[in-house]
Amino acid sequence: MTTDTIVFSKELLEKVKEIIGRYPEGRQKSALLPVLHLAQQEYGWVSPEIMDYIASLLDIQPIEVYEVATFYTMFHLEPVGKNVIEYCRTGPCCTMGGEEVYRHLLDKLEIKTGQTTPDGNFTVKEVECLAACGWGPCFQIREKFYTHLTNEKVDEIINDLSK
Amino acid sequence: MAESIKILTDKIGIEGIENFDVYRKNGGYKAVEKAIKKMSPDEVLDEVKKSGVRGRGGAGFPMGMKWGFLAKPEGVPRYLVCNADESEPGTFKDHYLMKSNPHLLIEGMIISSFTLGANTSFIYVRGELMYVIYILEKAIAEAKKAGFLGKNILGSGYDLQLVVQPGGGAYICGEETALLESLEGKRGNPRNKPPFPAVKGLYQCPTVVNNVESISTTPWIVLNGGESYSKIGLGRSTGTKLISASGHINNPGVYEIELGLPVEEFIYSDDYLGGIRPGHELKAVVAGGSSVPILPAALILKTADGNSRLMSYESLSEGGFQSGTMLGSGGFIAMDETTCIVRNTWNFARFYHHESCGQCSPCREGTGWMDKVLYRIEHGLGNERDIDLLVDVAKRIEGNTICPLGDAAAWPVASAIRHFRDEFEWHIKYPNEAIKYQAVYKGDMIKV
Ligand SMILES: Cc1cc2nc3c(=O)[nH]c(=O)nc-3n(C[C@H](O)[C@H](O)[C@H](O)COP(=O)(O)O)c2cc1C
Repeated sequence: MTTDTIVFSKELLEKVKEIIGRYPEGRQKSALLPVLHLAQQEYGWVSPEIMDYIASLLDIQPIEVYEVATFYTMFHLEPVGKNVIEYCRTGPCCTMGGEEVYRHLLDKLEIKTGQTTPDGNFTVKEVECLAACGWGPCFQIREKFYTHLTNEKVDEIINDLSK
Repeated sequence: MAESIKILTDKIGIEGIENFDVYRKNGGYKAVEKAIKKMSPDEVLDEVKKSGVRGRGGAGFPMGMKWGFLAKPEGVPRYLVCNADESEPGTFKDHYLMKSNPHLLIEGMIISSFTLGANTSFIYVRGELMYVIYILEKAIAEAKKAGFLGKNILGSGYDLQLVVQPGGGAYICGEETALLESLEGKRGNPRNKPPFPAVKGLYQCPTVVNNVESISTTPWIVLNGGESYSKIGLGRSTGTKLISASGHINNPGVYEIELGLPVEEFIYSDDYLGGIRPGHELKAVVAGGSSVPILPAALILKTADGNSRLMSYESLSEGGFQSGTMLGSGGFIAMDETTCIVRNTWNFARFYHHESCGQCSPCREGTGWMDKVLYRIEHGLGNERDIDLLVDVAKRIEGNTICPLGDAAAWPVASAIRHFRDEFEWHIKYPNEAIKYQAVYKGDMIKV
């Protein structure tokens, strides 16, 4: 991919314009995080080409995009599976048996943390606290929260998403 | 039981309350009308000051006082930023409040912005809560359509634009100056203070940053008066507080409590947590989110002087760090006797290591050391000097960094060792036992 191959659709460009309009004149850099999210929703991950393209849209230097995209853990800087499972590994979820359920999830998918299943359907990542501690153990797949996880519930979710 | 007062959660549970019409029918936006039509910004500020409400994001700084510090130079815009980054382990109250009753926060934002004279205000929501962002954006669109947002609100000549900004998955962006950096489209590196945000904040303009829960108290305060608010609660802990309860309890969830409630009642009453799960007993509590010192059961129920411990800023911190803790953000994590304190401490240390922004050496390096040394103890590889090493590293981080993330990383480690030192020693003395699956020190150093 080169920069030229990344072009947002008309709808997406409209959306970017709307986002830039939220901030005072000359502060379009504030649009960076929302636009990175937008790109990731569209492409699944954020490639260097996408970052360069976003830099041109916001009239900032590419490095300004790289340094931000690498700081925030939500942005996937490498290709990921269709379903990215982001599993909470922090205290309260672990207290509720989160570590056992996590082991079960990895066994079921036969992959390790950070890997993608060979069919490209699932990627598993460990994340820190998702602000759902009373409903743990929990994980997120893209924007959806899955809470009160048990081994059985994990099986159901994975089976559903494997269809 | 006496009917407990609900200021923030009274409307939660009403069918369809997330819709403007339902919220309005149930008394919503009356406070905005009152503030904008019948009061001046200074009059609202006065009520907030009188209420004594303290910041609910963790530090507990009086909100009215903070608002009073806002610089007002001619011709320079002022900003209000709502901190909805909520990433402190154990805390999920803002998440709950925003998804259950989004219009309450919008209403609070309008009142607070009007009071501070801000014409553009931001709600910075952690990026993982994208679905909550959609809920808030819908609520904002509805409020705008009804004339409560946008140009010339209720014919008053006051304009307000509300923007919801997503974060990107970084705990540090909950620290207010890191949040402002992030909102400017940069890495979340905290700024040196002074200048404080009240003088130079977002885009170098005067800015107030407040937590979701803090801002959400303003509609009630406007409707009922600051004095009525100050009569709720106990002493300088006025009002109610949302407590996020998790761990080995019968009823996890978010509770609105009147400050001053005895901890024992909170844990064991069926009106609240309903006690520890059947067949188990309380071992330890982290009362205010992962950053505050952990306390053993005896010290969370009673202070070292034998007084009943209360859910208030003052009572929880009674005894200082020797025997007390802090209310913090109200993330209440209860652990029963099956919990390994060493493992839990390592888990939190790993969190802070992962979340340190890396700007200050004591935090960047120190959190890494604590993570590694605790990992080694937990995994049967510890040596005798490790406990003192941990205490030493924690001391060297504390107070030596730009922002308090360093302190927040040091306190859980230091307090776990202070109160559960024998558990660490057991791990080091009996590594083969300690590494067994779910091994927990049972209080007997010899027989294992
Ligand atoms: C590392 C760190 C993380 C923080 N995270 C949050 C947070 O997620 N939400 C929050 O409201 N305050 C958080 N704070 C506190 C804020 O810096 C700030 O004090 C607060 O937003 C002020 O609002 P309040 O006075 O209404 O509590 C954090 C502080 C630190 C040092």
